[in-house]
Amino acid sequence: MGAGDQGIEEMKITKKEVVHVANLARLDLDEESIGKFAEQIDNILEYIDILNRVETEGVAPTSHAIFLTNAFREDKVKEHLDRNKALANAPEKEDGNFVVPKVIG
Amino acid sequence: MNLYELTIHEAHNLLKSREISSQELTKSVLDRVESVEPRVGAYITVAGETAMAQAELADKAIAGGNITHLTGIPLAIKDLICTKDLRTTCASKILENFVPPYDAFVIKKLKKAGAVIVGKVNMDEFAMGSSTEHSGIKLTNNPWDLAYIPGGSSGGSAAAVAADMCIGSLGSDTGGSIRQPASHCGVVGMKPTYGRVSRFGLVAFASSLDQIGPLTKDVTDCAVLMNAISGYDAGDSTSVPMDVPDYTTFLKEGLKGVKIGIPKEYNALPGLDAEVSEAVKNAVKTIEGLGAECVEVSLPHTEYAVAAYYVIAPSEASSNLARYDGVKYGLRDKGKNDLIEMYRSTRSMGFGSEVKRRIIIGTYCLSAGYYDAYYRKASQVRTLIIEDFKRAFKSCDVLLSPVAPTPAFKTGERAEDPLKMYLSDIFTLSANLAGIPGMSVPCGFSTQGLPIGLQIMGNHFNEEKMIKVAYNFEQATDFHNKKPKL
Repeated sequence: MGAGDQGIEEMKITKKEVVHVANLARLDLDEESIGKFAEQIDNILEYIDILNRVETEGVAPTSHAIFLTNAFREDKVKEHLDRNKALANAPEKEDGNFVVPKVIG
Repeated sequence: MNLYELTIHEAHNLLKSREISSQELTKSVLDRVESVEPRVGAYITVAGETAMAQAELADKAIAGGNITHLTGIPLAIKDLICTKDLRTTCASKILENFVPPYDAFVIKKLKKAGAVIVGKVNMDEFAMGSSTEHSGIKLTNNPWDLAYIPGGSSGGSAAAVAADMCIGSLGSDTGGSIRQPASHCGVVGMKPTYGRVSRFGLVAFASSLDQIGPLTKDVTDCAVLMNAISGYDAGDSTSVPMDVPDYTTFLKEGLKGVKIGIPKEYNALPGLDAEVSEAVKNAVKTIEGLGAECVEVSLPHTEYAVAAYYVIAPSEASSNLARYDGVKYGLRDKGKNDLIEMYRSTRSMGFGSEVKRRIIIGTYCLSAGYYDAYYRKASQVRTLIIEDFKRAFKSCDVLLSPVAPTPAFKTGERAEDPLKMYLSDIFTLSANLAGIPGMSVPCGFSTQGLPIGLQIMGNHFNEEKMIKVAYNFEQATDFHNKKPKL
């Protein structure tokens, strides 16, 4: 077994949490990937902890690095893709619509 | 000389004087691709037929007296920039058969200028990686030594330029993905200011960091391509409505009075290779010798940049990549009758392990209870990193540093150690966090014969200052004239 199985209680992310987060992201992982990801992501999160050394009290967070704030446009219909072209890459389509598996039973 | 070896500006002069035709030039490039592609592996799709048709149109335009600096010039495009009717895979199984119904803004501009599109080049899947080893389609080798990685994520672009498999290329840079492969392959690469080049039609990885830019054989070509792709686009709400200067006019200016900043923290970073450090120091001396003045500056939050980046970029990615659901385009597991099952199965089949790893990190950082500790904290540190640069640019025009801490590494060497791979982005990703432009120019070779790049960073919308420094340095050295033996 890998080093990741030692000291589980100190891990930042457990195998169980990896499975939970993968589920939120709609990903299936096999046993091997769960173990590998838990170990690798734990390492990465541990490294990311150095951010806690930075004093950020009162610092505004940045989500956009340049001076623009908002880009408004008029709410007008403009040239757009032809319906068939928009559907051309769909794995399944019918009568000009996307087809999905049954949602409501 | 073989036509495929030409730079954009050299080819343009020969096309203009009618000494060569675009069809001859394009044929030469396509033949070159055919002969070296089995060893380099730069292309995902070669569009030979449409390229020759575009070349024929270019020749007609030239005959009619209509020539731009890109008319008839064969270019390679990173495979995450949408090209109408030409497959765009993002090097992912999930988009392996995706054919965009529209052109990206930059492609529209290139086509309007009469450029020829040779094909689409390899990359790390969805641009996540620093070696192109995470491509879901194929492996790309460094033309200088085929056992080494070309860098990434724009590894196909850099290898194609270095191996003369195109005349110039476009890549994208989210944390160094243009500059680092340019450095590893000995070519010129520029990440423009965030907002300088439209992202319309660029498949999103981390939207607040992504930017399209050129990879070229020399600095003049970089300026020519920057002229062609820069400018406001209403189709990208982060595109900046500012005039674009003619970047080629700054090539002629000297370096008298230019102030070069050397970030003192960069020398103390762990893992900096001695040969890289030496090559960059020599480059600084050369630039000083050309009349520039050196000042020491401080970027105190440098050591936190990798951590901040690897929270912000995966968070944005986890959100952006939610769109691959097997419904609108791309792969779908048709064997599943339940919607959620179909999502899970499709995404698990379609994404490679690095993409899955980043989606999980990002989803974790954004999930309930962790948002403040990770995403908000990283976004605050990002503010401090931006302030570092603002302060530094008060006392200098450009900053000089290495691009990558080491020359290219061997294929497979870091495949199982993602953190080590992430740490190698330390010199480049701050520019993406701060939105500032950065470029890589060749500045030396390791004893093993692998290229080393010098990074030049500028303040927001100061690309011309970087181009000026890069051009003067290039003309004073001959690294850009060396070619790999293939």
